[in-house]
Amino acid sequence: MMFLIARRELRSLFLSPLAWMILAIVQLIMGFLFLSHVNIFLSVAPKLPLIPNAPGLTGLVAAPTLGNAAVLMLLIAPIMTMRVVAEERRNHTLTLLYTAPVSRLTIVLGKYLGVLSFFLIIVALILLMPLSLLAGGHLDFGMLACGALGLVLLVMTFAAVGVFMSTLTSHPTLAAISTFGILFLFWIIDWAGRGHGEGGAVVAYLSALNHYEPFLRGLFDTSALAYYLIVTAAFLGLGVRRLDADRVGA
Amino acid sequence: MNGQVLVEVEGVSRFYGKTAAVADVSFLIRRGEVLGFLGPNGAGKTTTMQMLSGNLAPSQGRISIAGRDLLENPTDAKRHIGYLPEYPPLYRELTVDEFLDFCAGLHGLSGKERKAARERAKARCGLAEVGGRLTGHLSKGYQQRAGLAQAILHDPDVIILDEPTVGLDPIQMREMRSLIRELGREHAVILSTHILPEVRASCDRVQIINGGRLVLNERIPDLDRRMQSSVLTVTFRRRPSLEALAALPGVGAVTPEGETRFKLFHDPSADPTEALIKLATEHAWGIYEISPEHQSLEALFVELTGQAGEA
Repeated sequence: MMFLIARRELRSLFLSPLAWMILAIVQLIMGFLFLSHVNIFLSVAPKLPLIPNAPGLTGLVAAPTLGNAAVLMLLIAPIMTMRVVAEERRNHTLTLLYTAPVSRLTIVLGKYLGVLSFFLIIVALILLMPLSLLAGGHLDFGMLACGALGLVLLVMTFAAVGVFMSTLTSHPTLAAISTFGILFLFWIIDWAGRGHGEGGAVVAYLSALNHYEPFLRGLFDTSALAYYLIVTAAFLGLGVRRLDADRVGA
Repeated sequence: MNGQVLVEVEGVSRFYGKTAAVADVSFLIRRGEVLGFLGPNGAGKTTTMQMLSGNLAPSQGRISIAGRDLLENPTDAKRHIGYLPEYPPLYRELTVDEFLDFCAGLHGLSGKERKAARERAKARCGLAEVGGRLTGHLSKGYQQRAGLAQAILHDPDVIILDEPTVGLDPIQMREMRSLIRELGREHAVILSTHILPEVRASCDRVQIINGGRLVLNERIPDLDRRMQSSVLTVTFRRRPSLEALAALPGVGAVTPEGETRFKLFHDPSADPTEALIKLATEHAWGIYEISPEHQSLEALFVELTGQAGEA
């Protein structure tokens, strides 16, 4: 049932030009960024053997590419998730799901899986770029996989925030703006924390970006994993609560 | 009509803040029965429908669908419900076939059953030719039919229709009514409407709600007896004497409608028709029209909902 909802969600996404536009634009921008990282690598490559413990192709091209991808995901997550519940509410199709023998949890998870699949497609397409380096070089697969896992965890979190924001309203644009606001705050919150001692460290710890960086360096940090999973679960849980409130009401 | 009780509503209330949209409503619907749900705008019809379909939780009371409690066991109870809301819930970007397949899947039908259920529902709702069209591109009438197809797709015991004939042309309306009658044979159907003749055309029982309370719950034949004629309209060729008309046994009042046309209000138990004809022949008034006026459902509705002043 959950997969049925997810499949319809994904299908509806691809029936609109929006999904294709976003895929195209993301590929274009990522391609450009990727090539500029390759360029930098090529310019420093002759000097690398002289430096002890120098970063390789993965560290100099793949990692920064994935780092850039995260910013791009932050920008597209609100657009891709805004319609997921808000539009159904607006078009009165939510009634269909409410009347069907399907729990609210299944509805939220189904919708979440639908948008998440879209993000996974984007991540897969982005990963093809560093993988294309295999044609002329060697990659550190462990490090690349770690970075990819980090990016997947990040989009999981973004999608969960977006889905929750979309359950709050019947105006997709409102959902997009609030998702963007929250994600951006999660991003920059560590600026506030910098250089303010103990309290600052706590605030900085909340930043979604801070948890992403170790993955890019090839460091698998279970506490970061837990951070992403907890935030995801929390927002999805709130989404279920919000849908239930539709039924129980004020 | 002693079918199995499929819907049991017991003391259901729903509050929005302090206002009660629905207050202490109880009723039963049996298999093989079509219940018409009438009421002025804002009387609580849609709220009741939403509660029956599990879209809204009642603040108080109990609803059971086919013997399963809708609040304690919603997933199980909802398998037996088909609901056509006020606005047909269509995914505009899907074709009719895709949409119906999705709905069938939501109700847990497997691949093969899905196709069979889809084709059956399409045939019943007259959608056979539009299967490949996008629901968003259909006319209002067809969208309504697609919404209905969705509601009967999984052969539910209870079918809830919120204003099913809105936006249909007269022919479609007639088709919809006969479809509702047909559905009413095997299922329990509840439909809400503003259109009073519709109730007479398609329902076995009528229920009027006003201000959140049920003010009438009666079978159509009983209702007809209750609404017996008490007015005669008569027209003569020559002007009769008003006094003589008023003196007829049982006649309460006579109001002129035109030069030679009158309305006679009489006691429902004493029909003055025969005496009137006799009187008219004696005086050679040349009576050429005499018709009993049935109290319409409309009049009853206005009387019960006390909206005469506003209407």
